[in-house]
Amino acid sequence: MMINEIKETLQAETLTGMPYTDFDIKGAYSADLMSDVLAFCNSELLLITALTNAQVIRTAEFADIRVIIFVQGKRPDIDAVALSEEKGILLLATRLPMFEVCGRLYGKGLRS
Amino acid sequence: MEKDCEVEVVMMYDKFEKNVEGVFFLKGKDFTNAGTASSELKTILGEIGINQSIIRRAAIAAFEAEMNVIIYTPAGMMHYSVTPEILKVVVEDMGPGIEDIELAMTEGYSTAPDYIREMGFGSGMGLPNIKKNTDEMKITSSPGEGTTLEFVINLKKE
Repeated sequence: MMINEIKETLQAETLTGMPYTDFDIKGAYSADLMSDVLAFCNSELLLITALTNAQVIRTAEFADIRVIIFVQGKRPDIDAVALSEEKGILLLATRLPMFEVCGRLYGKGLRS
Repeated sequence: MEKDCEVEVVMMYDKFEKNVEGVFFLKGKDFTNAGTASSELKTILGEIGINQSIIRRAAIAAFEAEMNVIIYTPAGMMHYSVTPEILKVVVEDMGPGIEDIELAMTEGYSTAPDYIREMGFGSGMGLPNIKKNTDEMKITSSPGEGTTLEFVINLKKE
């Protein structure tokens, strides 16, 4: 699923300032437990989470995750966004709750 | 010009053949900088030219070990050494030590307080996750003293 389609599906906005060209995401993983992400999430997936601290960005960095979407209108602070930009990780934010986000993406054919 | 190229090749060869090692100091409860040691290690492994999937395993194991020091101990250090065959990481801390290592290795077992869980850690997956991502793992600890965690990842595999 293309990033721009994901953004449209979730009415999401981009939080990071770096430019990017639309790319394909193979699957998604949702969790608020970063150890679970490190243990079970494959690389190159979309991470769906309600957690917004710097450890989320670090987790994405180490697990080779390129895109994070924050749900329920939650937003990381400016330092987390800066770290994300430094590491080349795209941050998106949506007002939709976690269940709705997962449901919509699953409905569009995205799998874990 | 030709000579420059020769020098370049020799340097790269040296870089790969020589052992690379270093140490990072870790400060307990310093959540702002948590992950920087593992991040630097990841960069170094990339510069050496190690395979991406091996780097991912190493970075995940190092990060879990680093977070353990930040969460549970006053301070510690992470020593790494890379040879053409293996990556070895030794993480030593100043305590309080692990009472029952076998229990700590159980998936889901955790002694983390709530504020750690709210940060997304302390779900009892850290040590099992390190074991899963490494080829050898050794942990020695006694209550009241520090813990030493050692892991090895084979670089010649895959």
